[in-house]
Amino acid sequence: MMHAPNATQLKWLLITLAIVLVTHTPNLPVWVIASSLFFGVWRYLIARKQWVMPTIWILLPITIVISLGIIFTFKGFLGRDASLSLLIIMCALKLLETNTTRDYMIVTILAYFVVGNLFLFNQTIATFIISIPPLILLTATLINTSLHHRQPMQFSLKLAGQLLLQAVPLMLILFVLFPRIPGPLWGLPQDANKAMSGLSDSLQFGHISNLTKNSAVAFRVQFKGEIPANHQLYWRGPVLWHQEDRNWTMSSTKIGLTPEKAEVYDAPIAYTMTLEPHNRLWMLMLDMPTQIPQEAKLTHDYVAVADKPIRARKRYEAVSYPQYKLGADLGERERALSLQLTDGENPRAFELAQGWTSLTATDKVNKALNLFRQDAFFYTLNPPILGKNPIDAFLFESKRGFCEHYATSFVYLMRAAGVPARIVTGYQGGEFNPNGNYLIVRQSDAHAWAEVWLAEKGWVRVDPTAAVSPERIEFGISEALSHANELPLMARKDYPWLKRAYLSWDSVNNGWNQWVLGYDDKKQRDLLKKISGRSVKLQEMLVWMISVIVLAMSATAYFLLKQNKTKQNPTQRLYAQYLRHLKRIGLVPQASETALDFAERVISALPYHQHRIREIAQLYNVLMYSASPNPELVSALAHLIKDLTLKKP
Amino acid sequence: MREKIWPLRFWARSWWQQWFRVAKSTQNIATLNARQIYILPTRWGLLYGVVVIALLVGSINYALSLGFYITFLLAAVGNIAMLHTWRNLVHLQIATHKVNPIFAGDFAEVTLTVSDIKNRPRYAINAFFHKDKTVTQNIAVNQPQTFVVPVSMPKRGRHTLPRLILNTQFPLNFLHAWAVIESPLQVLVYPKPSDTFNRQHLSGDTHAQNGTQLNQGDEDFNGHKNYQLGDPPSRVDWKASSRSIGMFTKLYSGTGTCTLWLDWALTDGDKETRISQLTRGVFDAHAAKQRFGLKLPHLILQPDDSAQHYHHALTALALL
Repeated sequence: MMHAPNATQLKWLLITLAIVLVTHTPNLPVWVIASSLFFGVWRYLIARKQWVMPTIWILLPITIVISLGIIFTFKGFLGRDASLSLLIIMCALKLLETNTTRDYMIVTILAYFVVGNLFLFNQTIATFIISIPPLILLTATLINTSLHHRQPMQFSLKLAGQLLLQAVPLMLILFVLFPRIPGPLWGLPQDANKAMSGLSDSLQFGHISNLTKNSAVAFRVQFKGEIPANHQLYWRGPVLWHQEDRNWTMSSTKIGLTPEKAEVYDAPIAYTMTLEPHNRLWMLMLDMPTQIPQEAKLTHDYVAVADKPIRARKRYEAVSYPQYKLGADLGERERALSLQLTDGENPRAFELAQGWTSLTATDKVNKALNLFRQDAFFYTLNPPILGKNPIDAFLFESKRGFCEHYATSFVYLMRAAGVPARIVTGYQGGEFNPNGNYLIVRQSDAHAWAEVWLAEKGWVRVDPTAAVSPERIEFGISEALSHANELPLMARKDYPWLKRAYLSWDSVNNGWNQWVLGYDDKKQRDLLKKISGRSVKLQEMLVWMISVIVLAMSATAYFLLKQNKTKQNPTQRLYAQYLRHLKRIGLVPQASETALDFAERVISALPYHQHRIREIAQLYNVLMYSASPNPELVSALAHLIKDLTLKKP
Repeated sequence: MREKIWPLRFWARSWWQQWFRVAKSTQNIATLNARQIYILPTRWGLLYGVVVIALLVGSINYALSLGFYITFLLAAVGNIAMLHTWRNLVHLQIATHKVNPIFAGDFAEVTLTVSDIKNRPRYAINAFFHKDKTVTQNIAVNQPQTFVVPVSMPKRGRHTLPRLILNTQFPLNFLHAWAVIESPLQVLVYPKPSDTFNRQHLSGDTHAQNGTQLNQGDEDFNGHKNYQLGDPPSRVDWKASSRSIGMFTKLYSGTGTCTLWLDWALTDGDKETRISQLTRGVFDAHAAKQRFGLKLPHLILQPDDSAQHYHHALTALALL
């Protein structure tokens, strides 16, 4: 039973593993790929040139060097990237001592695990498609190994394809009905979510403009009613209170701050958010949220935060009001926090604002906005690097900046002039996708604006960027930048066909996200509730799952065991067709009758066709008793039968 | 004594043979039905299971929907493979052919004709009586496949064949399906010839008993005699017989040609030793193409040198 695999089996194992390796190329350091390929080629040459297998004294030093390499590259063995690299290179190294069926089986089964690891890195439709060929090849390799007599590779590939196809219904049942447990079961390695981007909890010059170069989707929104105008689409993220040099952070002494009260007016906006994972707490919502999902809570400054970092795509319902009055009363501590400035920085800006002390708060705001509006300020993604006293440098020298420059400078000026102010970060605008009737908000829509506290009015949103570049707020970022090539391709307005294609693709992606990737414990419960009309308990779910599986397995078993039909050759098929035709006029051959005897009987009934009928019988006899029927005779028979059946007897 | 304590004996003999459902042959043909197939995962199947569980845990931990997809797909492939392994064995028809007699301790070659009755090719079917003597074959559609499976028979006598095991791990090596097949076919097992044989235990030349055939041997052609019933066909001189009227048997002379009498009374030791010594005698005599007679407690076989006589003698010894 267990015998040494032959050269062809080795060749296919190596090809299969190479393809598994190729699917992982973006996830591995170059040296890991190179040395894995090297080990594979070495193993191939061992078989080809009849070299001896390396001994433990060669393999041991290699193993040590590789382990050191992994430690050096990844600073340890822990984490997703390091363990994948280790697994792959050890599989490749294992090939050098792979000689028996046992080794083949171990390597192949581990390779399935390696394929599964693909989805740790990303879960796009493309990755899903990429995962299919390695699965077919690995299954074919296993089939190869289980065969005793050599079969062509097409045989194994075909059977592997069949096995996988037959497994699909069962997979779907499990996917839908297998009880989903909300993760994680234990802490995730640090690098598990390193690819996620999003708003951070602090603001520095360059932060948001870097984010703006990223065309990744931040979230998608489906509105229940009309989509609000672009200038109303302020997606509220972290609120920053504390200034220190060029760093703005959330206040460190948030505990005990009085939650601000919001009064809302006019029509509510109801919508469904699908937030991409960003490994932070923010659950972005439209200004000003009133209804938030269960797992979220509102901070005192009205930011919705989740109870744990968002590491999986999250879908939630929310309601916001564009007309609102926030925090009409400002407490002493809050006032102090919202006027805080580090002493001795940016003297020119400070001095300028000090000059406005006699004005009312509203006038101070207008004064600052007029400064941006009338002076030669310029909105750009690539502002010059600012040195010491960055706000002075920005306001009086470079005058070129991005939303973060305007927002921070504005808040700085307000505080220096004695108006309580803070920075709000988040996203502004979004792109409407007519294909799916939803709004796409990208990282490139990241934005920062200001809120100033005015007596009677509470916290009022002031967007200084709008003063410099009204287009940014009215039409989105692609309109605001004169040099569109600063932006990621997808956020630009040139190439409309590309954009259209992109939007269609995004709606496919959105469906994928909603129904495949977003299918979690919550969605599962909702779906089962919809089907059964009540909430389904875990035990019931298991009973359902097992019964449906048993049904599906029985159906599969039935089709697998059904007796294969004996294949009729073309002659038999044609003759059967001829007999069916004759049966209609009451002529049926008897069991004892030969084809020629029967033909004579048919001729007596249909004398008009006698030549054809005799010829059919003769041809049939010739074809049935020849080992390899002449295709020309077969087509002649087909012609005769067609002629006969078309003409009414 | 120990043999009588049944649980121990039960355990000592391949224990599963005692209570597993067995496919019985009628007229030496057994058909495997669905209820006679057993299936268990192999160690590879278990390793695969561990990988699937690892993927499941990873998918839950990292909340990976596509992780769930691949976990469930692999789990489903394992299940479907189970059906495939099972159907690779079910509905096979096994015909056991008559087995030629063997000496105790030798391997008999049992010829099986295995055919599929469902129009479906089968792959990598293993058949064995003893695990270390496994025969593996594919079975094509409508083409009965011959398996020549060795079986060893340690004891003389007429025995039914031990249970035949048919198994397969096709297609993925993850599952091991097997069936136990019992055939009523009997094998005649001649006693094992003893290694040493003391010639003095034989009653040597007994000319008086069959004087006419004195000096007959195998080596040298010595003339013709008239054909007598019982003369081996190989000794008939067909050429001479065709020329004239009557049939002739060739006469040969050899050194030390004499009729051997293998006599139970002249052997010593216990019953089995005696039998095995006599078997050696018969074996050697036949190999030397020597005429011999056999005297057993209740049976006397008159001297002869035909193959038929040889088998008669061995059968008598086997069934003693």
